[in-house]
Amino acid sequence: MDNIAGTKSSLNWAVQISVILLVIIWLIPTVGLLVSSFRDRDAITNSGWWLSALPVEQNFAVKAEGEPVSRDGVNVLEGNVFGEGSGTVSKFGGRRAAPDAFTPGEVADLSRDRSLVVQENGDYVYTSPTEISRAPTVYFASAQPAEFSMVNYETIMGSANMDRAFINTLTVTIPATIIPILIAAFAAYALAWMEFPGRGLLIAMVVGLLVVPLQLALVPMLKLHNAMGVGQSFLGIWMAHTGFGLPLAIYLLRNYMVGLPRDIIESAKVDGATDFQVFTKIVLPLSFPALASFAIFQFLWTWNDLLVAKVFLPSNSESWVMTVKIADDLLGSRGGDWGILAAAAFISIAVPLIVFFTMQRYLVRGLLAGSVK
Amino acid sequence: MSPIIQGMLTIVIGVGGCIGYFWASNMVLDKVIFPAQSKNPGRNINRANMVRPWLFLFPAMFALGLYLVYPVIGSFWRSLFNRSGDEFIALGNYSALAQDPTFRTAFFNNFMWMLVVPAASTFFGLLVAQLTDRLKWGNIAKSLIFMPMAISFVGASLIWRFMYANNPDIGLINAIRFAMGATDALDVLQLQFWNNFFLMVILIWIQTGFAMVILSGALRGIPEETIEAAIIDGANPFQIFFKIKVPQIMGTIVVVWTTITILVLKVFDIVYTMTGGNFGTEILPSYMMSYMFRDDGRATAVAFVIMIIVLPVMIWNIRQARAEMK
Repeated sequence: MDNIAGTKSSLNWAVQISVILLVIIWLIPTVGLLVSSFRDRDAITNSGWWLSALPVEQNFAVKAEGEPVSRDGVNVLEGNVFGEGSGTVSKFGGRRAAPDAFTPGEVADLSRDRSLVVQENGDYVYTSPTEISRAPTVYFASAQPAEFSMVNYETIMGSANMDRAFINTLTVTIPATIIPILIAAFAAYALAWMEFPGRGLLIAMVVGLLVVPLQLALVPMLKLHNAMGVGQSFLGIWMAHTGFGLPLAIYLLRNYMVGLPRDIIESAKVDGATDFQVFTKIVLPLSFPALASFAIFQFLWTWNDLLVAKVFLPSNSESWVMTVKIADDLLGSRGGDWGILAAAAFISIAVPLIVFFTMQRYLVRGLLAGSVK
Repeated sequence: MSPIIQGMLTIVIGVGGCIGYFWASNMVLDKVIFPAQSKNPGRNINRANMVRPWLFLFPAMFALGLYLVYPVIGSFWRSLFNRSGDEFIALGNYSALAQDPTFRTAFFNNFMWMLVVPAASTFFGLLVAQLTDRLKWGNIAKSLIFMPMAISFVGASLIWRFMYANNPDIGLINAIRFAMGATDALDVLQLQFWNNFFLMVILIWIQTGFAMVILSGALRGIPEETIEAAIIDGANPFQIFFKIKVPQIMGTIVVVWTTITILVLKVFDIVYTMTGGNFGTEILPSYMMSYMFRDDGRATAVAFVIMIIVLPVMIWNIRQARAEMK
């Protein structure tokens, strides 16, 4: 439509470039985490993840094993630093203190008239006027190809109990997603399609409750759970998530159900359908998009939650969900182990990301239904 | 019993129980209490229909009342008692809060969060929404910028821990500083005052996608004629954006802004994971959590302060909703 006044191509280019820049800025942190999770601890601390696709220069020390031969009055030792393998030497040296003092092909004069030459392909010649009794050490630097591995993931799943935390998160999330939907759907139908006194007041109450900070609920509800004998348990957190998720669920579903065509519902009632039948046979199937969007919200929210899990679940390590595990355990005990942290974080965000990218359509629709009025 | 089996059982009992409740209660109402096949079918059907909404509403209202309405009163009541809960100290907890310098820091910081995060998220959201509006690959760009919404605050904090790390081979911030000639690593999280903004960046990074999706929807909803008319009148793209588009989506901008403001008052995860409230980064939700399990009186008092801050938005929301229904 901007074409009406003629396209401004320079502006168009500026737009394209700024969008690309913004996307890159937004992606960098996550990409960094993902790349780091596949690198081992040393690689992470020695070179930036943004360089990880490039070969890494590393220093090596090799004992020059072999039979010295006597030639022209000097003892000579020949061999290859890579042994049977192959590689490229970029620098070499004869002392531990200066492992990269010489470039390949150069003659390194060492103390006591000894000398060392290392070629790029790794062939070395070591000469000494005296008898070579101990195998000398050759120091060299060589570029190693970038290395990515699943080691961090194996460590975190195998020894750090992350698998347990993953299962706990799943256990918290699924019932806490399904149950509020059902309860909210009935209430939303009543608020959308049934006439009764006080309906407006109830809707206003739901809207008001949308913004109640759930911090308020923590202390009184935990006390109530303890008094009821539920205590800190999975049952308790399912109930808590159900309660906290209901306002949004009712609000989203009611907004959607109100928009369903009146004719269908009224003609069903004229044909003798009860409210219960209208709800289960007509309204519920038609509301699928709204049900799906709330389900995604609630899933993401319960999966990512730290606050409710910290308060309503027992604080022993068998009941930790992933967020608690990362925040309370890994950051303390493995604070310096960046590879493990990255792998743990990625495990915890992988499932929400999959849900997000496959169901984005419903998520967007839900957001729009909830806010644009 | 393993939590998985317990979980499956809960799903079965929960779902089955809900369906059973709704079905059975409707049956009882229609067949037993007010049967339609009786002397007075008309009256019975009417009465049944008066009761039925409350059958539909009961579980939801019960849960809402228990988990959200009762706590408002319960928390306030608890906040009037001392630490162990056995001595009534009236507003003692509140006056203790007012004298605590950490609380004042938290309050001030939270105030800054409430100013900066909604403003920045809405600004970037609007920017991206407008820029991608007519772009062929706009949906891909939007999807990528929306992605952090799916990431937990804890996960996001970890992601940014990498960005902010001291080691210039891990932290991009320090890597850039070193590339520009700095020689000492800077821990941005310990940089008094400014560290707050580095924490806000994380929430802005997450919330921009939310703002973008909603504002993008609003931009699409603007009637084309208004823009066409402006183009014919010779308006340049900036005039079209600021004078035609923005005024028309002002209502949505306000909604986005307030939604993010409310969120800022709830998020304790970022501060908790990144600094634990140290180095002057405490905000109200994290300050509250530092008292949780230790001093319930103080914790509920902080929670109630948060509630009071939210109250104007709540009232405004309710008024909007009531106005819409009329």
